[in-house]
Amino acid sequence: MRFKTRNFDTSSVALSTEDLSVHLPDTPGQPQVLKQIDVTIRQGETVCLVGESGSGKSVTSLAIMGLLPEALKVTEGRINLQDRDLLPLSRAQMRELRAARIAMIFQEPMTALNPVLRVGGQIMEVMELHTQLPAAERRARAISIMEQVHLPDVERVFRSYPHQLSGGQRQRIMIAMALVLEPVLLIADEPTTALDVTTQQQILSLIEELQANHGTAVLFITHDMGVVAEIADTVYVMKHGEIVEHGPVEHVLRQPQADYTRDLLASVPSLSPRPARPEGDEIVLKVEALNKIYGGGGILKKLPQTHAAKEVSFTLTRGRTLGIVGESGSGKSTVARCIMRLIDPTSGRIMLDGQDIAGLSRNALRPHRKKLQVVFQDPMRSLNPRWTIAESLIEGPLNYGTPRSEAMAEAARMLTVVGLPENALKRYPHQFSGGQRQRIAIARAVMMRPDVLVADEAVSALDVSVQAQVLKLLEQLQDELGIAIVFITHDLRVAAQICDEVIVMQRGAVVEHGTAAEVLVSPAHAYTRSLIEAAPGRMWDFQNFKEMPEVTHANPS
Amino acid sequence: MLGYILRRILAVIPVMLLVAVFVFLLLRLTPGDPAAIIAGDMATPAQLERIREAMGLNQPLHVQFFTWVGQLLRGDLGTSLISSTPVAGMIADRMGPTLAIALLTILMSVALAIPMGVIAAWKHRSGADYAVMTFSVLGFSVPVFVIGYVFILLFSLKLGWFPVQGYTPISEGLVAFLKNAFLPALTLTTIYVALIARMTRANMLEVLGEDYIRTARAKGAPEHRVLFRHALRNAAVPILTVIGTGFALLIGGVVVTETVFNIPGIGRLTVDAILARDYPVIQAMILLTSFLYVLVNLIIDLSYTFFDPRIRY
Amino acid sequence: MSQAPQPSSAMQPVLRVIGLPHLGIGPKIAALVLALIVAATILAPWLAPHDPLTMDPLVRLKGPMEGHPLGTDNYGRDILSRVLIGGRLSLVIGIAAAVVSVILGLVIGMIAGFFHTADAIIMRMMDALMAIPAILLAIALVALNGPSVGSVIAAITIPEIPRVVRLVRAVVLGAREEPYVEAAIALGSSTFKILTRHLLPNTLAPLIVQGTYILASAILTEAILSFLGAGVSTETPTWGNIMAEGRQFFRIKPDLILYPGVMLSLCILSINLLGDAARDMLDPRLKKRAG
Repeated sequence: MRFKTRNFDTSSVALSTEDLSVHLPDTPGQPQVLKQIDVTIRQGETVCLVGESGSGKSVTSLAIMGLLPEALKVTEGRINLQDRDLLPLSRAQMRELRAARIAMIFQEPMTALNPVLRVGGQIMEVMELHTQLPAAERRARAISIMEQVHLPDVERVFRSYPHQLSGGQRQRIMIAMALVLEPVLLIADEPTTALDVTTQQQILSLIEELQANHGTAVLFITHDMGVVAEIADTVYVMKHGEIVEHGPVEHVLRQPQADYTRDLLASVPSLSPRPARPEGDEIVLKVEALNKIYGGGGILKKLPQTHAAKEVSFTLTRGRTLGIVGESGSGKSTVARCIMRLIDPTSGRIMLDGQDIAGLSRNALRPHRKKLQVVFQDPMRSLNPRWTIAESLIEGPLNYGTPRSEAMAEAARMLTVVGLPENALKRYPHQFSGGQRQRIAIARAVMMRPDVLVADEAVSALDVSVQAQVLKLLEQLQDELGIAIVFITHDLRVAAQICDEVIVMQRGAVVEHGTAAEVLVSPAHAYTRSLIEAAPGRMWDFQNFKEMPEVTHANPS
Repeated sequence: MLGYILRRILAVIPVMLLVAVFVFLLLRLTPGDPAAIIAGDMATPAQLERIREAMGLNQPLHVQFFTWVGQLLRGDLGTSLISSTPVAGMIADRMGPTLAIALLTILMSVALAIPMGVIAAWKHRSGADYAVMTFSVLGFSVPVFVIGYVFILLFSLKLGWFPVQGYTPISEGLVAFLKNAFLPALTLTTIYVALIARMTRANMLEVLGEDYIRTARAKGAPEHRVLFRHALRNAAVPILTVIGTGFALLIGGVVVTETVFNIPGIGRLTVDAILARDYPVIQAMILLTSFLYVLVNLIIDLSYTFFDPRIRY
Repeated sequence: MSQAPQPSSAMQPVLRVIGLPHLGIGPKIAALVLALIVAATILAPWLAPHDPLTMDPLVRLKGPMEGHPLGTDNYGRDILSRVLIGGRLSLVIGIAAAVVSVILGLVIGMIAGFFHTADAIIMRMMDALMAIPAILLAIALVALNGPSVGSVIAAITIPEIPRVVRLVRAVVLGAREEPYVEAAIALGSSTFKILTRHLLPNTLAPLIVQGTYILASAILTEAILSFLGAGVSTETPTWGNIMAEGRQFFRIKPDLILYPGVMLSLCILSINLLGDAARDMLDPRLKKRAG
């Protein structure tokens, strides 16, 4: 792993915060959201602010931009942009600085651009607001910066609306907009989190390229240690509104000083796959030539068809885990939803314990549902907010005739198995954290003693530390009860940790299928290879604070 | 684009057909003999038979329906039972005042309500916001005829600025027209503004929470630009929708206001027809107003494509 | 940042509206005014100084005087007594129309939202019903069915139904995509159970809000129907009927329209304010706005 080791001691300071503190003045107790934050970013430097959700990293960036939500107030400290304190500035003075001196790009490229204005106009607007350039010159500069962010067919994109562009293209537009006036500082708040891994890699190298060309200082906010390892010069680790550790990237990753940093790094799943468990002989799920085609209807004009799943086949034996990995639009969730019969497959067979459930009616399906359970991605929405945890847990058993008292006893037992106190039964979902809710959702599924559990991005919305615990829980339940798991994920690290077998999907088709070790260590398909190569920080073994052993990444050409 | 327009226009047909069915069934499914309802309690058997004959009530239901729809499609709205004149002509005679007042109302409402809603959303929870919200909830709560009478009391009887009641067509001079039309239009504007301002505020509030508004502010855009260039255009579609659905409210308001201000429009015509059970006129008026409602909403639907480039399927 | 916690039980929203905690002064005054109006109309037979129907040719169209605090109408009937009694029927009709339209709309909306096959047909019918201006439909229905209380209630209810149906359908369509509903399908819950236990509670909060608005609009419509001469029989005093009779005497005695008009407006205003307060409490989207 080659870290950045550039030295910025002689460069001028682009931005520094001193004792920056932010409170919620109107909330009882006036909770402090940021506590004396000191950050320094020099010209040409990339500073990563890393932390889990609720650490205050985004609040820091909004405070610098002067865009804090109304409820939050800066109560103390200074924010110096090239030795000029920003906090006493008027609204109009701050407006002049934005985009011209400090620019910002956000996490969600899908929603960050105005949907009803052409993107070219949105880039030119920055110049209209801050310069006196004539229209032709504005247009020329917009075209030029769009070329610099490597957008294809610039003239066409210039006239496009945001919805006509992909997520990666929209993020390029955002970057173009942010950099067109050559600001001193670029704040990037999780700019690649919503993007696929290959697109992420392209955006990261684009930011790096532009930074090198323009000498911009970059404050990069992320939760992803892999990204940190790739791009950071300097790292600040945040927790609960405080900076717990900072230093040059290699230093922090190799010799973390704070316990929190150490824990955080140890939670990052390793990319080296764990050995596959032996394949049993009891086949619980067998999918044959599954197809799902959307669209094709339409009255006046035939709507375009989407082949969301093409000829997908696999078998799964008791107690094993099959991972389905792929980027967005690869069809992995379509396969999961077909297996669950939440949508109807167009053709193919889904053999659950030897019975084909692909074509069964709603009623005929009901006895089989028991054997097939699901855990979804979003912990906030996977439990009915109006039901107590007990009601949610016993819903399934009651449906299959288990007496209420028996179901309640089992629910209480199951809660302790997933590591929650028994008094949780009478409480409501909003009283639990995301990780706890995901445990409850798992408990609800396992209450049914399923043969197969479909986990659809089940740990993707969780912080890494929580993610590690939930993965461990799944593994433990699997060992005890022999459940087979179909694990849908976009994250190769997670797949490496939990899967025995991996299927890689691209545009609805399976491109590679083998044991985790085969697929992730010596991928045969070019697409799989590009996915692995795009995984940020793949050369670094975060858990052990050192380089990855060479052998796991032998790269078959 | 063309496909979208065509599909929207075609979608109007089943709705209008269903409206026609409802209107048709309104009389036929009413308990009792339709002819007796129309003729009233004093009718002789001979009169009843004449009405049945005139309206084709002796024929099977579906025959009656298709005969009627056939006539409608040829532009024949039937003949009034009271005045024995063609309904289409009666409506044409009375259309002017109603249209003039409705247009004046819409113009005044939109000009007032949109700035009110935008400011209320921008200065959320401020005095201006509460003032707009208070006005709008009052506009919803005070019956339109009470507003009308209060205006007459205040502006006509007390201050003497306007004539008390009556109507002068535009052809007799704009000032004379406005003198009579202003108060009724102002009365209607009160409720329409209440509706539009409220929806504008609600949708602007929602849009102002969107990511692209944060982007606009991060670009250093001043507030008026954020509000009008970035936010209002995104809020336009739901605001237009409520202007369209509010059209039904406007029609109801017109009926009442014309009674209060004694204006010889189609609202007054309808009320008189209903009270006199002049069934062909009632049928025609309900159909016509429904058709207007559908037409207005179709135009609004089509205008969405102008405000939101994503609507193009 | 995480979202504010959601209401935790089906009953909680209801309790919150009834309990009226953390409200501004406006809704509290509204609740008080509404309670006073309702109490006054319930107690009207005891509060009213006169029988509302007794005519007295000696005191026609008089202003406030001894024994007639608000004066008398063209038949010499006591205005105060008529306004108090008149509120009863107006409120009863409003409440009945609101309850019936919410219940019917809820059932139809749930069916449309959950069953794709029924959806298209139901929604086209609702579109058609929406297209007919409510006031015209209502006066036509009353004119044809006769001026009974029942037909007035039906006339107000029918045009309100499509609005409830659209609301309920939208809520059901949104909620059925929720992962917890899909999890319930996976847990083998029957369609009936999913509809009643998972989807129905979601409609409750918006329905409470919509129900209050419908109540306000129903009372308003009743008054308009009476005013146009298409309401309940003119012998029965309702706010609308009193105002309708006052029309011809408006220039000499505007009180006949103003007193019932003020009562009616205050009543509707209070209900609307309570509806707004309920919506602000129940709609989480309004809470999340950041500047």
